[in-house]
Amino acid sequence: MTLAPLTLDMVLRALAGGALMGLSAALLVLLQGRVAGISGIFGRLMAADPGPARWRLGFAGGLIGTAVLAALAGWAPSAQVQGGLLLAVVAGLLTGVGTGVARGCTSGHGVCGLSNLSLRSLVATLCFMGSGAVTVYVMRHVIGGV
Amino acid sequence: MAADRSSPWVAALCGALFSAGLMLSGMSNPANVIAFLDVAGTWNPALAFVMGGAIAVAAPAYALARRRRATLSGVAIELPETHTITAPLVGGSLLFGVCWGLAGLCPGPAVVLAGIGAVQGALYALAFVAAMLGGLWLAGRFGPWA
Repeated sequence: MTLAPLTLDMVLRALAGGALMGLSAALLVLLQGRVAGISGIFGRLMAADPGPARWRLGFAGGLIGTAVLAALAGWAPSAQVQGGLLLAVVAGLLTGVGTGVARGCTSGHGVCGLSNLSLRSLVATLCFMGSGAVTVYVMRHVIGGV
Repeated sequence: MAADRSSPWVAALCGALFSAGLMLSGMSNPANVIAFLDVAGTWNPALAFVMGGAIAVAAPAYALARRRRATLSGVAIELPETHTITAPLVGGSLLFGVCWGLAGLCPGPAVVLAGIGAVQGALYALAFVAAMLGGLWLAGRFGPWA
């Protein structure tokens, strides 16, 4: 392992961005009584019985709308996507299946669950970070890159 | 069916904050996620700072939420009730982690990139999200999961 060069700018952005996400979760649980888990919010909207949908639609709208506005304003950060459309579809599908079955993802388990001192979420987080790291290792250092 | 009394506005603000946080922190860029998971290569710890920042803010809020049971406006606080480590939790998380390692995307960033992609005419994230919604529907169809 070598360490990528760390700049103060990057660390501050990471902390500040993380704090905004933490604030989102804090406000959602204290003002709406709900967990800010993206897979759960979208998953429930896809279900036969979406339950109280208005808050979920609101959250989804804020999530998407802010990204659209950022892009329109020219503020959208750059992104390097991995692979092509086939990978997008396969990874997307299995992400939906995996997070649906696990009942959470990086936001639901990783941020909210850990913040809530949940052992289930700790196990989930260790699992997806572990399999994620193994996958990257295989793709980057065994197979040699997507 | 009970009337949907949930409010979309607080949730929309939370979605907006979450979106902004993802973009500011650099976590909407799959390359940064994969660089975090690439422990054998050039390791970028930014994601750890993001999670740290998020949990630092959200943890006190969840501590308060656990004690309160209801929000200031009387809405019931709904926190996860199950506490056992189950096979679906582990299996789903491992599967999700593999996808995360392949695409560098999880639900939140995927939705953000889809919003940006819709403006910029890039299909990748839109394809990922469409497939993810399908996967979530599929998981829900065969649930509920423990």
